[in-house]
Amino acid sequence: MNENRYVEQVMGLPVTLVLRGRHAGTDAGAAAWSEVLACLRYVDTTFSTYRPGSAVSRIDRGELTVDDAPAVVREVVELAERAHELTDGWFSVWLPDADRPGRRRFDPSGLVKGWAVERAATALDRLDGTDWCLAAGGDLVARTGRTHDGRVPWRVGVEDPADPRRTLAVVPLLDGGCATSGDAHRGAHVLDPWTGRPARAGGSVTVVAPTLLWADVWATAGYARGDAAADWLAATCPYTTLVVGPGGDVRMTDARDRDRTVTSVAHA
Amino acid sequence: MNPLQRIVVAGASTATALVLLFGYHTSTMGALVTAAESPSASTTTSGATAAPAAGAAGAAGGTDPSATRTVTGPTVQTQWGPVQVQLTLKGGTITDVSVLQKPSGNPQDDAINSYALPILVRETLGRQSAQIDMVSGATVTSVGYLQSLQSALDQAGV
Repeated sequence: MNENRYVEQVMGLPVTLVLRGRHAGTDAGAAAWSEVLACLRYVDTTFSTYRPGSAVSRIDRGELTVDDAPAVVREVVELAERAHELTDGWFSVWLPDADRPGRRRFDPSGLVKGWAVERAATALDRLDGTDWCLAAGGDLVARTGRTHDGRVPWRVGVEDPADPRRTLAVVPLLDGGCATSGDAHRGAHVLDPWTGRPARAGGSVTVVAPTLLWADVWATAGYARGDAAADWLAATCPYTTLVVGPGGDVRMTDARDRDRTVTSVAHA
Repeated sequence: MNPLQRIVVAGASTATALVLLFGYHTSTMGALVTAAESPSASTTTSGATAAPAAGAAGAAGGTDPSATRTVTGPTVQTQWGPVQVQLTLKGGTITDVSVLQKPSGNPQDDAINSYALPILVRETLGRQSAQIDMVSGATVTSVGYLQSLQSALDQAGV
């Protein structure tokens, strides 16, 4: 089948799109890709914690209230509140601030990336007869079953957190999102929402869910949960997860079968 | 070729693989089904030399590196229907993963299918081994990305 791949750096992250089917390589395909990038750049301008003038930075400094913020910011804050509830507080966008004791830092980036990529991908749904898979910095969302070849899954490799040249698993993804949280490429960027300190060092948590938004939320919360991640996800997360421990042990949880909680897998 | 690209290619040339097929378990089955261990796993071989039917774990030792083999996992009965996975290996490298059987037939099953069946496949892939479409990994910076498998796939595919 016709396949076409685009790559670009946006929001400081590599963004990759693969199109398969009718619009792989067409002008319409290229136009949809441009739309995806424009959407991601808009989100970056609004939500960046690195840009002092962004709505998020202004909220963090107390110059703007959530109620007065753009509608997209209110939407993200509402989603974040639901995420906070569903994860028993292990996902939070208000993090303790080590530099300002007693204050909390507003940082929705743990949720914004998945939300933004999914939102940007709506441009791809307009490409008829075309399957697509859109990835940004290791998180991705995919659709299949739109071509004449039927439902051919995208083959998503789950990276080995100890070595980005290796994969630990393949997820044949039809429709939905896949997100991984860890420290492999960024130093410690997942913070424990209770302490504001880095969650842990090593390993990763991958979640496969019907949407990237919730895959991202659960991966982040699971990683913040530290050594208890697999047991906790097995008990609370309604999706399939793959937890890699700091020592490289792999455990899988599958909410579709509560009897099977956690599987340990031998090492190569 | 820059040094980082060289790292990726070097990784590809020393590919090793250990394959574990993950099957759904039911209340009457074990939690993990591996191709190597399951009594109903079968191996078929094509290519110059017949490889022993030793399962996927045998790929690491002694077989003709050019031989292409397929390893078929057992059919695992789940509450949603039968699930079966097949791997294709060339020497020690997995070149394809396919789901032979998966539950289908009603909307609920379709919803289940969209969650995907993760298959544990530990291996090193290089840029020429484009049997994976995308990689999910911890957030990549530009520098981390250059060393990653996703980068190798993107270079091979653009």
